[in-house]
Amino acid sequence: MSRHRWFLILILVLIALIPLSGSRYYVFLGTDILIFGLFAVSLNLLLGYTGLVSFGQAAYFGIGAYSCALLMKRVSLVFPLAFVTAGAFGAIAALIIGFFCVRLTKIYFAMLTLAFSQIVWALAFKWNSLTGGDTGFIGIPFPQYLDSRTRYYYFTFAVVALKIINSPFGRILTTIRENPERTEFIGINVKLFQLVAFMISGFFSAIAGALFGVFNHSVFPDTLFWPASAEVLIMAILGGMYSFFGPVVGAAVLLYLRMQVATYTQYWPLILGTILAVLLFFFPGGIVGFVQTRFAVLRGSR
Amino acid sequence: MILTVENVKKSFDGFVAVNRVSFSVEKGELCSIIGPNGAGKTTLFNLITGHLPVDEGKVIFNGIETTHMHAYEICRLGMGRSFQRINIFPRLTVFENIQAALLAHRGKSFDFFTTVEPLFNEETEAILERVGLQDHRDVMSGSLAYGFQKQLELGIVLAGEPAMLLLDEPTSGMSARETNSTIELIGRIAREKGFTLLFTEHDMAVVFSISERILVLHQGQLIAEGSPEEVRANPDVKKVYLGEAR
Repeated sequence: MSRHRWFLILILVLIALIPLSGSRYYVFLGTDILIFGLFAVSLNLLLGYTGLVSFGQAAYFGIGAYSCALLMKRVSLVFPLAFVTAGAFGAIAALIIGFFCVRLTKIYFAMLTLAFSQIVWALAFKWNSLTGGDTGFIGIPFPQYLDSRTRYYYFTFAVVALKIINSPFGRILTTIRENPERTEFIGINVKLFQLVAFMISGFFSAIAGALFGVFNHSVFPDTLFWPASAEVLIMAILGGMYSFFGPVVGAAVLLYLRMQVATYTQYWPLILGTILAVLLFFFPGGIVGFVQTRFAVLRGSR
Repeated sequence: MILTVENVKKSFDGFVAVNRVSFSVEKGELCSIIGPNGAGKTTLFNLITGHLPVDEGKVIFNGIETTHMHAYEICRLGMGRSFQRINIFPRLTVFENIQAALLAHRGKSFDFFTTVEPLFNEETEAILERVGLQDHRDVMSGSLAYGFQKQLELGIVLAGEPAMLLLDEPTSGMSARETNSTIELIGRIAREKGFTLLFTEHDMAVVFSISERILVLHQGQLIAEGSPEEVRANPDVKKVYLGEAR
């Protein structure tokens, strides 16, 4: 366990040191990874921890991106306020949508989250006067004190470090994943916990979205179209949904590979599909799950 | 009376699984329900614990009408239950299984910011010892031997400090030796803690050795109840139950 901790600290320090390399490319990639890492972690609160497959998580990411941008440009709200409000909007949207979704289970739950996210996408796409529709919403101001990418990077990193999972609440979520029936019989209102998890997930997805919008100075409806929901699911599964940082690893691998592969070939989806198929068959615990079992084997053989 | 069941009825698509069953259990009593397969024992348990909605009739637990309550609410009133098929949290360790039940019972489940690991360590250890799992603390519970998993489920139920225990076939699938030690364990804990116990069991030797009172269910109806001697002597029971065993 303690070796585990050290390993984690080592990785965190490495991440924190990236800006010192002075490479704009890596800082850019690093920020992107952390934003999507946060997004994937927030999805994984549902997927890996509560056992709920949300196929519409991009809706909250998009809601966060749009509300933060709109609040800053249209209402001239300062960034910190707009940022937190965007998160709150994500949570409220998740409360409303989740209210209906937690009544269903398994595939029906997934399909309903998808249906709602498509409604939100349609709104962003068609409501031209508010969102700019298909042309997107551009020219989002970058906050003064976060003007350097480096500082923005650290800021994102600080947000990602937030960790609820290791609390009693997080533990109860895992019991729901493992066995909702038994959880009911230790005195837990399972639907209520699922709804709260849905809201927390919506909040952090929206926070990630807000960071994304500001980071790119723009938001497009594509951000909340269904392939975006699928991509974040892939990140979580690729990295490993049974560990807290697994999805961050998934985001890192996916984003890095996509950048690298794109310079050689246009068949990125083919490569991604192959990786995913191999992973699902041979390493259902994802990259982190695989590394962990390897470590366990090594330690055991000693 | 800790539990009163009045004229409870449940049907599935016209098939009456539990038909106007009435009985009550006194505080501290060790009571069992027997009956051939399909007699409605598990359905009856599901109705009492709120796992299935009751069609007609009333359930009163500890002076409170619980007929239409949710399972988690009835659990919080002090009713613990185990299932016929193993019902644990397989990808959590043995320790975490028990600890989760304690978190829920002690009202810690909505705590977002405390670190969970050190919580209720002593209490969890005590329960592990009580059910004989202290040596398997950090094992993934899904990989435990069958008998141990049954004991773990008992531990999860005990963590809720219930006033009444409903155990559905606590020894199903166990070897004779496991059965004996489990029954001895359950009897000892129930007596020490003053639990009220209501259980179903297929092993007649077990039923007659520890029950103070036996209820006999047949085709959804209660056909007899009384002390082990009375039930053994009852001609109806002999006919429909013990007769079938031959």
